[in-house]
Amino acid sequence: MSALEGSFHILSIPAVLIYLFRGVAFTVVISAFAVVIAVLIGLVMALCRNYCTSGSRRILGILATFYIEVFRNTPLLLWIFICLVFVPAPAFLQRKMLGLSSVETGLLFKGTLALILFESSVIAEIIRGGLNAISKGQFEAGYSQGFGPFRVMTLIVMPQVYQNIIPTLLGQVISTIKDSSYLANIAVIELMARTKQVLANANRYNGLGRINVSDVFVMFGFAFAIYFVIDFILSILVRRTAKSGR
Amino acid sequence: MSGLFSAYSWSKVWGARAGFLMGLGNTVLTAVFGILLALVLGLVFGLMGTSNKRILKAVNRVYVEFIQNTPVLLQLCFIYYALAFSGHSIGIIPAGITALGIYTGAYMSEVFRAGIQSIPKGQFEAARSQGFTYFEEMYYIILPQTMKIILPPMVNQVVNLIKNTSCLYIIGGSDLISITYSFVTGEKTGGAYGPAYILCGAVFFVICYPLSKLASTWELRLKRREAATVKTAAAKAA
Repeated sequence: MSALEGSFHILSIPAVLIYLFRGVAFTVVISAFAVVIAVLIGLVMALCRNYCTSGSRRILGILATFYIEVFRNTPLLLWIFICLVFVPAPAFLQRKMLGLSSVETGLLFKGTLALILFESSVIAEIIRGGLNAISKGQFEAGYSQGFGPFRVMTLIVMPQVYQNIIPTLLGQVISTIKDSSYLANIAVIELMARTKQVLANANRYNGLGRINVSDVFVMFGFAFAIYFVIDFILSILVRRTAKSGR
Repeated sequence: MSGLFSAYSWSKVWGARAGFLMGLGNTVLTAVFGILLALVLGLVFGLMGTSNKRILKAVNRVYVEFIQNTPVLLQLCFIYYALAFSGHSIGIIPAGITALGIYTGAYMSEVFRAGIQSIPKGQFEAARSQGFTYFEEMYYIILPQTMKIILPPMVNQVVNLIKNTSCLYIIGGSDLISITYSFVTGEKTGGAYGPAYILCGAVFFVICYPLSKLASTWELRLKRREAATVKTAAAKAA
């Protein structure tokens, strides 16, 4: 058996494939979950930073600015390491589930939390960009019709912001999927880590007793293909929404 | 947050200052050469993206789409392990420079492409009519005009690259983050989590915050100036 055949043999082992595709599922679920929570946090942070500028509310604005700038200007990996040490995993997560050990579920929680913190700061700036693009007249028109600040936001401003930022926000989903690979630094849960894990044991799977350079190409090629398919589909969506928005 | 305010753990960090400085040096080294590589690749592929030749355009698209849609961590691991297992290992930092340069280069090339495409067609035609060659036209006429537009997104990419130097950890690098982590988990030095992480975060913040601030004020000023020129043009027309 040649080295290349051996490498492809790895991908024909059902257990390995299931292991890898579970990793794909984790990558997608972690990223989707992180983006949803990050949008909620980002929205609050963007509103605070933009509109809490006077009186006693100013403190909220300053805190939001601090939050955004700190997480935006430091690496994700630093926050993963910090969450690893300082954040306790909640008790209900510390058991076996989803095919992970109780230690791994704890790591998954901490890693995802770091990802949420990091992405929420970027998303807050995206939302703020959208808010700043809305002309003042829209607010004034809303108030003149007797709407309160909450209804001006939800009925008039936010729908327009949403229209404008959807392409950028979808682009950030792509970034989040890519950034989720940083979790590979602390745990073997998602695609990147599992690919590396399989590669490290390739000598047992390829029937040749040692790791060849073809194993590197085949295993990472597999991961490249998966990431590319997911992200490329999303980037087509980005382009389509960007065109229809105009 | 144990040990955050204890003089003992801060003195531990101070005692390991040589290691932290070495880590910072490695991070800066990787970032500087990564940025240079990214600029070169970005310019070359950005020019390809604006050319009339189909094949060059196609090369640009393949490069940009492939690199932008896969994680930098995976690209780094691929470069590092492919070279290592084929017996051509180039070392951790050169591998990091290559991977980060190629990754950020894809973003830079989109920045250059957008900048060049924002220049009115008349500028290209005028340059051609004066007998400039392609490279003279780009160097003297087009690229200087794109600079003010492309600087803000370019600086943002530089910030991203600096943050992404942390990916060296996965191949066992000795950049600032990796050094910090091995410091806090090390047998002799372990425990001083708070001070070490604060130090590491502060260093990154001090480098990245002024850059991102620069990029955003630059962009804002550009937008204001644009709005002002539109206004005066409208006033003149009326």
